Amino acid sequence: MEVFLVSALNGLVYGMLLFMLSSGLTLIFSMMGVLNFAHASIYMVGAYLAYETSRFLGFWPALIVAPVICGLIGAAIEIWGLRRVHHNGHIAELLFTFGLAFIIERAVQMTWGMIPVPYRVPELLDFPLFTMYGLQFPAYRGFMLLISAGMLVAIWLLLTRTRIGLIIQASLTHPQMVSALGHDVPRVFTTVFAGGCALAGLAGVIGGNYQTTEPSMAYAMGPIVFVVVVFGGLGSLAGCFIASIIMGMVQTFAVVVDGSLGDLLRPIGIALSSDNFLGELLTIPLARIGPLLPFVMMILMLLFRPRGLLGTRDT
Amino acid sequence: MNAIELRDVKKNFGPTAIIRGVTLDVVSGERHAIIGPNGAGKTTLFNLISGRFPITSGSIALNGTRIDALPPHRINRLGLSRSFQITSIFHRLSVFENIRCSLLWSRGYRYSFWSPLARQRRLNEDAEQLLEELNLSSRRDLVAGLLSYAEQRALEIGITIAGGAGVILLDEPTAGMSHSETEYAVSLIRRMTAGRTLVMVEHDMRVVFDLADTISVLVYGQVIASGPPATIRASAAVQEAYLGAVAA
Amino acid sequence: MTARSEKSGALPRQWLWLLALIVAIALPWVFYDWGHHRQSGFVISMLSQMGMMAIFALSYNMLMGGAGLLSFGHAIFFGLGGYSAIHILNGAKAGTFPIPVELVPLAAGFAGLGFAAVFGYMATRQRATAFAMITLGMGELMTVAAMMFHNFFGGEGGVTTDRMIDFSLFGLSYASGLQVYYLIVAWTVLSIIGMAFLTGTPLGRMANACRDNHERAQFMGYDPKTVRFLQFALSGFFAGIGGGLFALTYEIVTFDAVAAPLSANALLMAYIGGSTVFAGPIVGAVLITLLQSGLSLLSNAWLVYVGVLFIAMVMFAPTGITGIIQAHSPIARTGRMRRLVVPYLRLVVPGLAVIVGVVGMVELLSFLTIGAAQGKTLVLFGRTIDVNTTAPWIVAAVCLFGGGVWLRVEGRAFHRVWETLTAELKVSAP
Repeated sequence: MEVFLVSALNGLVYGMLLFMLSSGLTLIFSMMGVLNFAHASIYMVGAYLAYETSRFLGFWPALIVAPVICGLIGAAIEIWGLRRVHHNGHIAELLFTFGLAFIIERAVQMTWGMIPVPYRVPELLDFPLFTMYGLQFPAYRGFMLLISAGMLVAIWLLLTRTRIGLIIQASLTHPQMVSALGHDVPRVFTTVFAGGCALAGLAGVIGGNYQTTEPSMAYAMGPIVFVVVVFGGLGSLAGCFIASIIMGMVQTFAVVVDGSLGDLLRPIGIALSSDNFLGELLTIPLARIGPLLPFVMMILMLLFRPRGLLGTRDT
Repeated sequence: MNAIELRDVKKNFGPTAIIRGVTLDVVSGERHAIIGPNGAGKTTLFNLISGRFPITSGSIALNGTRIDALPPHRINRLGLSRSFQITSIFHRLSVFENIRCSLLWSRGYRYSFWSPLARQRRLNEDAEQLLEELNLSSRRDLVAGLLSYAEQRALEIGITIAGGAGVILLDEPTAGMSHSETEYAVSLIRRMTAGRTLVMVEHDMRVVFDLADTISVLVYGQVIASGPPATIRASAAVQEAYLGAVAA
Repeated sequence: MTARSEKSGALPRQWLWLLALIVAIALPWVFYDWGHHRQSGFVISMLSQMGMMAIFALSYNMLMGGAGLLSFGHAIFFGLGGYSAIHILNGAKAGTFPIPVELVPLAAGFAGLGFAAVFGYMATRQRATAFAMITLGMGELMTVAAMMFHNFFGGEGGVTTDRMIDFSLFGLSYASGLQVYYLIVAWTVLSIIGMAFLTGTPLGRMANACRDNHERAQFMGYDPKTVRFLQFALSGFFAGIGGGLFALTYEIVTFDAVAAPLSANALLMAYIGGSTVFAGPIVGAVLITLLQSGLSLLSNAWLVYVGVLFIAMVMFAPTGITGIIQAHSPIARTGRMRRLVVPYLRLVVPGLAVIVGVVGMVELLSFLTIGAAQGKTLVLFGRTIDVNTTAPWIVAAVCLFGGGVWLRVEGRAFHRVWETLTAELKVSAP
């Protein structure tokens, strides 16, 4: 029971972090059809910027500085890069962001080196919030939940209560129609892209000291974010939210499950050895397969329901 | 047995009913034109017959076989071919390649990856001949995307008919053409669909009355009249649909 | 791949291929180390890598350029071919699987074919972005699996073998890198012939057709799913051959051989070389391998240059290097090349300035953060540079931005000349 609750909490924290990161990507993907390979790279840049800011100005300013800079970077990418490539088609846009991710990772490596940087939780938040079943729940995780929940509410308010939000919502599902109605779609695109990048940057600020801040963090987070976006479905932030929580839970729970598929067979009297390949496949503990599960889920979703959980359009 | 039989075909897109119960017969070997005001659902009807969209209810049969649940390539193999209103060719392949590809399945080549196309004499000769008939021989090696509009429409008709399908659906074949281009297209269509069933969506009335044996009028997703040209020309319902009110 | 006239232009092309083959055979002897009486090991190693990567990139382009399919997991089949080759070689050594060394790549190819059929059956049910995402997921899956399971993949350490199994069709021992290189050349030639042949078959052409317009292909009787599936499986065959050669050369295969960076490599090579011309991926493979082997020795930041090159091509030259060359052929054939000479010359200086600017900025930044800590001194274009003074920074910035502006102006002028020429060609065409 303890394990369940603790894992559920941790899964929630991780899931909300995922949501902060993938909401931006869903917005960008749904509206512009661009699968932004560089999204996780911006997340990484946000974390590094937060590290640098916290060295000179402290952690709290980083919460503002990093997302703003990431948003500006996003705007620059959209105006001078993506817009030029747009007329070459979606594959060209995808390749462009792919090349961008490549360069950003190398640039980060060059600037800060390959070893993780000591981006740490601020002292103010470095205490246990409460103790549950003997395990401490760090206050910082509570803080993360607070920020991501706050951001969720802010996005919801923005999309439903403001004019630009309405336009964005419409563009999510019917981009051509919005353009035909006379809205300055390029400007909306730039806003959304920059906003998405700012969100990714914010995720980087709070996620960078939750995980380790190193050049490979973009490569580690990137594929999971894609899984969430695809699984949740195009054009649906709600789907993205559900998918984020699901993936967060799956990855967190898988780690604590000690058994394997082979254990299910033992009561029937079938004992498997790990000498041959099939045996090895079935006796491997679920905890180790954890990283695989989201991809299996994504592939299954794409095969049987390409528009995802709550998607409004086909991928 | 009729070439195409539609029985109470309905099609909804979400809550909107586009086709509201169409029952239609296309007799084998006849030239059948479908006309109607814009938005009547003519292209949607084509899309339903050729399997591009699924129907909501009703049935569609080709030469007696139900086709409404089949994917487009199956329907094509059963003997139905269609052209598109917006030119739909292989824009990066040469004109010759476009024609040759359209011949492949009907000549039995299937998914072969062991027969070099350059060595298939009969196939290549037939493709050249078809190019000749389409008056596109001089454009043989040009990338199809660079053709002029009228040439692309001619190619479109060519690749539709090349496979030898017995039932041909042409969606606004003369759209955007000048008078002389239209005349040429009509004679081309007449020649190439000789002996086959032709169903045509057209707006140009001269073409319709020139080519068609039977005309069906589609208004708001329903057929309001169907018959020989003279009957349609005289029909009050048709006049009202097009002009608003019957002239006294 | 664009439609080429099947009548003219075929003859000179065949001479080019023959020339390339002769160069490939002769190159190890050109770089002969007279002091030690053997060929340069470095050159042979690099050339071997080029051969394997050429096959890999060509097989990738069967999907990208040939069928319009963007795969992010193509290395799966290269790697699985490699793993299979390792096990086959071990089996050959143990006597349970007698096979001559020369045929091991073929066996690896069949392994690649089999795996591609299984994976492809699932992936090709979709197309475009969904297909790309499925292959991405599959790639990640395989990488994690290869790190985890020991029986087939040997876990994180990988599997090893010894290629000297005493069974050869030509009586060779393959002890020296040179012999392995010539085996690679032979298989590269065979693969090129095979893949070129495929482009001229009904499947090859219909793959092109489905790439251009999958709906139209349906109305010609073809099921685009089947076309995609077969093309995918066949591309896995050739990727497997590449993997088999990899296993023979390095005698070890680890999870890197199925991982995303290698799949990305295939994409880069095929794209930069040019996905619309058959030989494009070969050019890309040679170039990227050269950069990998050569540039990496000159600069820490060589990968940044590859990334910049890639992005520049996506933005300005999507048809790749060979695509650009091919775009010149109608101009050359009608004798109009002369009119491009001056416009090109006018691009040289601003172009060089931009390159100097980019290299300068990148190297300066890189030195500031990494190089200084390594205690090296920065030597650029033959001069020692002190990073802490403002002069080099200003020079680099001026070259970059000034050169950039100038290049834009000259680029527009060039574009105008190009458009004029193209218009002339259209009018004069029959």
